Amino acid sequence: MPNFIDRRLNPKDRSLGNRRRFVKRVHDELKRAINDQVRSDRIVDVDTAHNVSVRRRAGDEPSFRNSSSTGEREHVLPGNERFAAGDRIGKPESGGGQGMGGGPGRGQGEDDFLFVLSRDEVLDLFFEDLELPDMVKLNLRETVIFKPHRVGFTTLGTPSNINVGRTMRNSFGRRIALRRPGEKDYRALADEIAAVEAKGCLSQPEHRRLAALREELEALERRRKRIAYVDPVDVRFNRFERQPLPNASAVMFCLMDVSASMGEREKDLAKRFFVLLHLFLKRRYERIDIVFVRHTDEAREVDEETFFFSRQSGGTIVSTALEEMQRIILERYPANLWNIYAAQASDGDNASGDSQICAQLLRDELMKLCQYYAYVEIIDERESEIFGSTDNGTALWRAYRAVESAIPHFQMTRISRPADIYPVFRKLFARHKGAMQPGR
Amino acid sequence: MARETNLLFDGSEWNFSTLSRAYDAIEEIAVGELGLNVYPNQIEIISSEQMLDAYSSIGMPLMYQHWSFGKRFAFESQLYRKGLRGLAYELVINSNPCITYLMEENTMPMQALVTAHAAFGHNHFFKNNYLFRQWTDAGAILGYMDFAKKYIARCEERHGIAAVEEILDSAHALMNQGVFHYRRPPRLSPAKVTERARERLEYEEQVYSDLWRTLPATVGTADIEEAEREALERKKALHLPEENLLYFLEKHSLILDPWQREILRIVRVIAQYFYPQGLTKVMNEGCATFVHYTIINRLFDLGRMGEGAMLELLASHANVVFQPGFDDPRYSGINPYALGFAMMQDIARIATRPTAEDRDWFPDFAGSGDAMATLIDAWENHRDESFILQYLSPALMRKFRLFHITDLASDRFCKVASIHDERGYRAVRSALARSYDRGAQQPDIQVVDVDLLGDRRLRLQHKVRNGILLDEAERDATLGHIRRLWGYGLSLTGIDVASGAVLYECSPSADDG
Repeated sequence: MPNFIDRRLNPKDRSLGNRRRFVKRVHDELKRAINDQVRSDRIVDVDTAHNVSVRRRAGDEPSFRNSSSTGEREHVLPGNERFAAGDRIGKPESGGGQGMGGGPGRGQGEDDFLFVLSRDEVLDLFFEDLELPDMVKLNLRETVIFKPHRVGFTTLGTPSNINVGRTMRNSFGRRIALRRPGEKDYRALADEIAAVEAKGCLSQPEHRRLAALREELEALERRRKRIAYVDPVDVRFNRFERQPLPNASAVMFCLMDVSASMGEREKDLAKRFFVLLHLFLKRRYERIDIVFVRHTDEAREVDEETFFFSRQSGGTIVSTALEEMQRIILERYPANLWNIYAAQASDGDNASGDSQICAQLLRDELMKLCQYYAYVEIIDERESEIFGSTDNGTALWRAYRAVESAIPHFQMTRISRPADIYPVFRKLFARHKGAMQPGR
Repeated sequence: MARETNLLFDGSEWNFSTLSRAYDAIEEIAVGELGLNVYPNQIEIISSEQMLDAYSSIGMPLMYQHWSFGKRFAFESQLYRKGLRGLAYELVINSNPCITYLMEENTMPMQALVTAHAAFGHNHFFKNNYLFRQWTDAGAILGYMDFAKKYIARCEERHGIAAVEEILDSAHALMNQGVFHYRRPPRLSPAKVTERARERLEYEEQVYSDLWRTLPATVGTADIEEAEREALERKKALHLPEENLLYFLEKHSLILDPWQREILRIVRVIAQYFYPQGLTKVMNEGCATFVHYTIINRLFDLGRMGEGAMLELLASHANVVFQPGFDDPRYSGINPYALGFAMMQDIARIATRPTAEDRDWFPDFAGSGDAMATLIDAWENHRDESFILQYLSPALMRKFRLFHITDLASDRFCKVASIHDERGYRAVRSALARSYDRGAQQPDIQVVDVDLLGDRRLRLQHKVRNGILLDEAERDATLGHIRRLWGYGLSLTGIDVASGAVLYECSPSADDG
């Protein structure tokens, strides 16, 4: 009789530790592959599971191996139907492959294999070193919503919160302790008196007994009145405490200039930037609303399709968009309930004099509501060489520079090519060393 | 009705009582009728995921942690999930008691077949084959693996995962050069092993002094003379040339800490443990397949297995021993199950019903009448190479239509040297046998000299046979690993065995170690 053991219920994932080590080992390779894929894919597909191909024989497991392209070998093969000794067989052109090339068990093994990374692993690689600014984390911890939570009992409260069970239990205990006569005793005594009375003519001792009984009943009644059935000291209320909940919803405002000066290229760049910002926020918040505000010389809230694809002509007044955003916030997104993020893309054009209004609006109003405000200016590639990181530029740029220096959670930068987006993104969300003040 | 009650099982569902009923019936035939001699069996039921786990840790039930096992797991599970490759029905470990893993998905008839195959076929082979008896210690391996796993985990705690991984990477690179082929390593009981490891650590702790850390890392010059004398003695004790590179580095590398030596030793012991399996693939599978085939037929003849079950098993058996021709797209070398099984059957046939040709070729046992005695003797005393050389019959060569080609890498064609005809039998047979020689698969690299007095340069020699050189990228990377373990310069020289000419010489530069 052999020893049968059922191992099926043994702990699973014995290889999990090894897998983790492997992922760490090929981390650089995986990260490069993911970055390549993100670059070539549509950006909206970023946050899905990815197949990443990993070289099966990466250079990290070497050993002394015979090279197949040197020397003389012998093979014994099965299935000869037509050859006689001395025949010559032409080799297949590519790599030997089946039969001729390698002996048993060789000739394969150079294959890559696909390693499936989960969505989370992909995003972790993609977002590595990127963190929301410390300020945002502060705000995440900062509590803005409270939810009542049951925590024990209290002697004070509103009648609607009375805890009947607890109250009655207290009352019961007190009644026992103070020997409050029960209903049964009272009933028994009353019945006895009634029985005596029912007899009609009573003898002397019976009269005395009746009087005694009545007196006893009266004492009982007095006692019952003195010791209340439910006394105020018995009453207990459910106690609630307001417990803070982290604010888990965010709204993201996408502001874009759609005047004629913004061409396809500019819009495409802006879109990528918005999508990346959205993706990033999605990691942090359970619920994200997106509001699209486009503007020419007047601003309007539109849906995504219109935002990116419909054309509009007109001048450019940036402040209208900011006003529209402010209006929407006040109407629908109270700042104590929502984490507000805004991203603005523009080519820098603005009506003369309006830039100062924008800067003032931002500084005095909007930045008090927003967690974070990012401004990207989309410029020509040629321009990008002229303005390095400089202070000079359009009126809007200069006005925003003043805001940037005054308010830490306002960030601005210039981009000219798709390749610029990622670095910008990193820069915008790079871990800030210094402590930042919360937005409000 | 009587036949009904005689059946071991009915239908495809299994449970532990049918398993053990089948086991008893199989044991009766295997031990009672075939005369097999086996280790006690331990049969474990596992799920497919656990089978993948076992694959990735080279089939051992206990294994230390290393990223390469994670890689293998990812690779295997990917193939499995895509349906490109099924999993084995069983896995058997050369240990005492002999552990057999059965997959839970197997049907009851398959469980019976697999029990016969692994728990008796392989088990008998492990216990009796001379290579296994000589090179592996079935009783100690599980204890040793337990020790290895714990030891390496403790090293990771003490010295950090990265440092341990580095040593393991280097040791794995030399695993194929980490076996003794001729000299037998001393046998160690697990208790002794633990004892020695403890001593090593204790010694380490005793001689540890924080002062040493503050000294500059240069070698002192004061006691050179003494060092010279010491080195001379040491060189004498080096036993050069040495084929086992891991052993040499473990014993003689000047830069390794005791725990690093112990890790090299662990990898070396595991490599040595698997060494016989690589040399007996055809025989081992042939033996197990022959045993399961004989047993299930016997069970069927005894009326203990239904026709449905038998049909299922025959279909599965036919798949296992299928050998496509060389020009078939499914061809990927000679199937060891097919060749092994065919040879065992052929030997049984020659022993009982020989032709005139067989009597010519195998006068020793043709017509001896006792097939099992011949087989058991062959299983005990051969490895693939010698087994084929001695037992492959012309009849079987014709059946497989074997032919022998020579392939010079620089030519655009192969030459057919001999085929399965009167003139070719012996050549085909010896060529096939040679292809199972370890020398045909693994390059022969040895430590030939080390000048401990001078620059401590480690000299390695690659004996080049038939002009087959090493893959250069792999060679250089592997030399880098040796350099890491050796700590000083080294060089590898390729010498042609036939002419003695030096074909190449290389030494990794100092900075890529």
